[in-house]
Amino acid sequence: MAGAAGPAAGSGAAGGDGDDSLYPIAVLIDELRNEDVQLRLNSIKKLSTIALALGVERTRTELLPFLTDTIYDEDEVLLALAEQLGNFTGLVGGPDFAHCLLPPLESLATVEETVVRDKAVESLRQISQEHTPVALEAHFVPLVKRLASGDWFTSRTSACGLFSVCYPRASIAVKGEIKQYFRSLCSDDTPMVRRAAASKLGEFAKVLELDSVKSEIVPLFTNLASDEQDSVRLLAVEACVSIAQLLSQEDIEALVMPTLRQAAEDKSWRVRYMVADKFSELQKAVGPKITLNDLIPAFQNLLKDCEAEVRAAAAHKVKELCENLPIEGRETIIMNQILPYIKELVSDTNQHVKSALASVIMGLATILGKENTIEHLLPLFLAQLKDECPEVRLNIISNLDCVNEVIGIRQLSQSLLPAIVELAEDAKWRVRLAIIEYMPLLAGQLGVEFFDEKLNSLCMAWLVDHVYAIREAATSNLMKLVQKFGTEWAQNTIVPKVLVMANDPNYLHRMTTLFCINALSEACGQEITTKQMLPIVLKMAGDQVANVRFNVAKSLQKIGPILDTDALQVEVKPVLQKLGQDEDMDVKYFAQEAISVLALA
Amino acid sequence: MSSSSPPPPPPAGAASAAISAAEKVDGFTRKSVRKAQRQKRSQGSSQFRCQCNQPELHPLPQLKDATSNEQQELFCQKLQQCCILFDFMDSVSDLKSKEIKRATLNELVEYVSTNRGVIVESAYSDIVKMISANIFRTLPPSDNPDFDPEEDEPTLEASWPHIQLVYEFFLRFLESPDFQPSIAKRYIDQKFVQQLLELFDSEDPRERDFLKTVLHRIYGKFLGLRAFIRKQINNIFLRFIYETEHFNGVAELLEILGSIINGFALPLKAEHKQFLMKVLIPMHTAKGLALFHAQLAYCVVQFLEKDTTLTEPVIRGLLKFWPKTCSQKEVMFLGEIEEILDVIEPTQFKKIEEPLFKQISKCVSSSHFQVAERALYFWNNEYILSLIEENIDKILPIMFGSLYKISKEHWNPTIVALVYNVLKTLMEMNGKLFDDLTSSYKAERQREKKKELEREELWKKLEELKLKKALEKQNSAYNMHSILSNTNDELKKKPATSVG
Repeated sequence: MAGAAGPAAGSGAAGGDGDDSLYPIAVLIDELRNEDVQLRLNSIKKLSTIALALGVERTRTELLPFLTDTIYDEDEVLLALAEQLGNFTGLVGGPDFAHCLLPPLESLATVEETVVRDKAVESLRQISQEHTPVALEAHFVPLVKRLASGDWFTSRTSACGLFSVCYPRASIAVKGEIKQYFRSLCSDDTPMVRRAAASKLGEFAKVLELDSVKSEIVPLFTNLASDEQDSVRLLAVEACVSIAQLLSQEDIEALVMPTLRQAAEDKSWRVRYMVADKFSELQKAVGPKITLNDLIPAFQNLLKDCEAEVRAAAAHKVKELCENLPIEGRETIIMNQILPYIKELVSDTNQHVKSALASVIMGLATILGKENTIEHLLPLFLAQLKDECPEVRLNIISNLDCVNEVIGIRQLSQSLLPAIVELAEDAKWRVRLAIIEYMPLLAGQLGVEFFDEKLNSLCMAWLVDHVYAIREAATSNLMKLVQKFGTEWAQNTIVPKVLVMANDPNYLHRMTTLFCINALSEACGQEITTKQMLPIVLKMAGDQVANVRFNVAKSLQKIGPILDTDALQVEVKPVLQKLGQDEDMDVKYFAQEAISVLALA
Repeated sequence: MSSSSPPPPPPAGAASAAISAAEKVDGFTRKSVRKAQRQKRSQGSSQFRCQCNQPELHPLPQLKDATSNEQQELFCQKLQQCCILFDFMDSVSDLKSKEIKRATLNELVEYVSTNRGVIVESAYSDIVKMISANIFRTLPPSDNPDFDPEEDEPTLEASWPHIQLVYEFFLRFLESPDFQPSIAKRYIDQKFVQQLLELFDSEDPRERDFLKTVLHRIYGKFLGLRAFIRKQINNIFLRFIYETEHFNGVAELLEILGSIINGFALPLKAEHKQFLMKVLIPMHTAKGLALFHAQLAYCVVQFLEKDTTLTEPVIRGLLKFWPKTCSQKEVMFLGEIEEILDVIEPTQFKKIEEPLFKQISKCVSSSHFQVAERALYFWNNEYILSLIEENIDKILPIMFGSLYKISKEHWNPTIVALVYNVLKTLMEMNGKLFDDLTSSYKAERQREKKKELEREELWKKLEELKLKKALEKQNSAYNMHSILSNTNDELKKKPATSVG
């Protein structure tokens, strides 16, 4: 450290990298070697600062070799290193020197820990773009080959992610080699490597010439899709989407569909699940004709699969599938080929399946139009509204807006009400919380009369719920309702009820009054706030519970800006001053805070 | 503050059907309580997709009643009959046929275990076919996505009444004195073993227990499959560590490996060492370590007993993966270290004493008293104590700081008492060094503080430099820009002047 303090002034004179000697590499490296992992990690995260201090040349000749040699550290440090190096091109002297970064990243791409390796691969991909085509072939491609023929599976796994970035810019001869390497990884002995290759197959296909896709990628795809391990087969389903996007209809039919049909009926539910999960993408990739001939029947099977996981995944896709069907003939197809299966799912034995369906089924209303909705969908909605599982009911209610547009909500309101009431009183507070969130939306759609008559009492009941999260949500719900129905409505229906609670024997309910006032004052405006709310707040300043008193101080701070100066000076100030002398330190603190925020000192 | 704050939202799909009265009251009943209320469930396999029409089974005559000529033929018929599967999720269907199959399986078990000479060459194919048909199946998705094997009840295999007997039969077959691996290897091949290994993911502990014995027998009898089995277990473990973090049969597989390692010939092959360093050691990072730690530690110690030179890399590996936040795991690591120290050679000990005792010194000063206590128990171990004594001049300086500090600061009186004992022991080992360290303790702390300040200073300077460089860069870019625009202006002017 001795030399560090001295020649700081010299830096300007020396110019450029002349002041590098100021920071002996040993000192910096000491930091990178510190015994404490946390300190080491901090240093690595500031590696760019160190490189900057060293200048580009010494970063290349001293820092990078050091980093390359000492790659045995905690994975956390390695992860930070891998990330840093991806943005290091400027610090080693620009694209001409980007290849200097390859050796440490190559080592990082071989470590065991997946996150480190993935990050190293990400950085390598980034840096590959900064290589010139010549440098790419001279430095980057050899690295990929070394990784691809590494002994341990980790390096081969990493290699899989690098083919697609070097292929487009390589010469024809090298392209041939790259394909050869990729091919051998697709039939690697280790399933981990085959999985990596399968997951990159689609990406690689996209950068290949169409002929190569047909002659080389498709056979690889077919092989991976019939791998002995289901974890490999399911990844081929993903690749299927990318490959199909590249091919013509005839080619899809001949080269992809046999494999896809097989996947949809795979003996492992994981593969079938994947098909269901990727269904919309597959549908778009293969086009309308094949969809009608092949995918719809496959979809029907998935909807009645023996595993609930698969059925739920398929149920999630019902709306997207229908939306993406060609408009011509869509209605008939849905009515005849999809709806019968949906009807079955409404009474499925598994609640996840029903709830998946409930989250999308309302979307069908816009697609099928008013008459069909009333005749065919409405009974299903009503059935789901009565489902034993609250999640199902909730999903229906949360999507009411779709139906509202098509048939109006009145059709449903008779069944809706019991469902809402039941959810509002559900034993699980999370269910109650969820239904509260839809109240403003429901209120808007059902109208003020219906609301006052049926729902208002629920909203008030939530204010005295025994779970704080519900009381809190209930207050912000009131605010939203006031925004919707206006201040007059608030004055007549809400405010009196809220203010009555200020005399409740339970201090939690008294505090709720304050929370409501905090939330409502702005929406209600100056007059209501000053005339009706303020007196109550001020009165509560004498409450015997300290929590109420300091919440009075907080409330005053909150509603202060809405009041006029007169009220502030004459009414608020003395009360806050009194609270400022309170025996409880929290009350004092919040009173003083309010005084200073409202500038009443 | 008095208001209760809401707990974090639940994972998707956590809603359960039954709601108790207790829950209605406060809604915050413990997860374990709720789970206990759920009934035990069982699960079928994933293979009953379409209910095709099951042929009804008809009872065949008893084997013991058949003449010896007919017996062989009847044996095969019964094996074929047992290939038919039934859906046990549907508890009312095919009751008669299920009972017939159960009785037949029982008879088969009895037949191969009490009779000699019944496992003839022609029967192998049918036997393996029957076993495969029954046990190889796609395991269904777990009913409980966040299944916690330590707390939750496992989902049991619904078809156990049949599958159990098939496993029973399989074992009797493998253990029969008539069993000939040279014939069986045509049927029990790599693909068969591969499928068998996948079954170790079964949630049903009874099934995994059978599988363990079965695989052990196969490993023992089929020399040609040994390397393959090891490699596949390797792959399962790697997938478990780095990809899925989920595999139910890890403990069972490790148990088998424990006895396999025991039988390794010396010197150890590179393949085996690689397995130790690249699979077993990283396995310590798994979050469910508690479920298989005993078996894992056993495997590690087995390796060290075979080849003591592995001690250093193993201990360094454990130190690399030392748990940072999970005290429960830290206690397990300490336990494993003690097991290793129990068998360590003094020369090996010297190689790792420094990094190891730095970690131990951190552990004894852990604020979690169980961690501190576990580490301090090392001083109750005679052999470890003798190793420490031999190397007291190295170890005491490493340990002294933390021990001294805890003796003054630790919140837990038991720990403080233990530390006093340890300090006393160490002092008796080398009184002079102890006194030196005591007197230099304060100076040492101050030197550390100074170093800390220097570090901060260094980084501050580096930051300043970074800012300056960034500024310079901006300026030079700006200058460059203005130079360029100037030259452009000049260029534009030039033709004019030349014309003029």
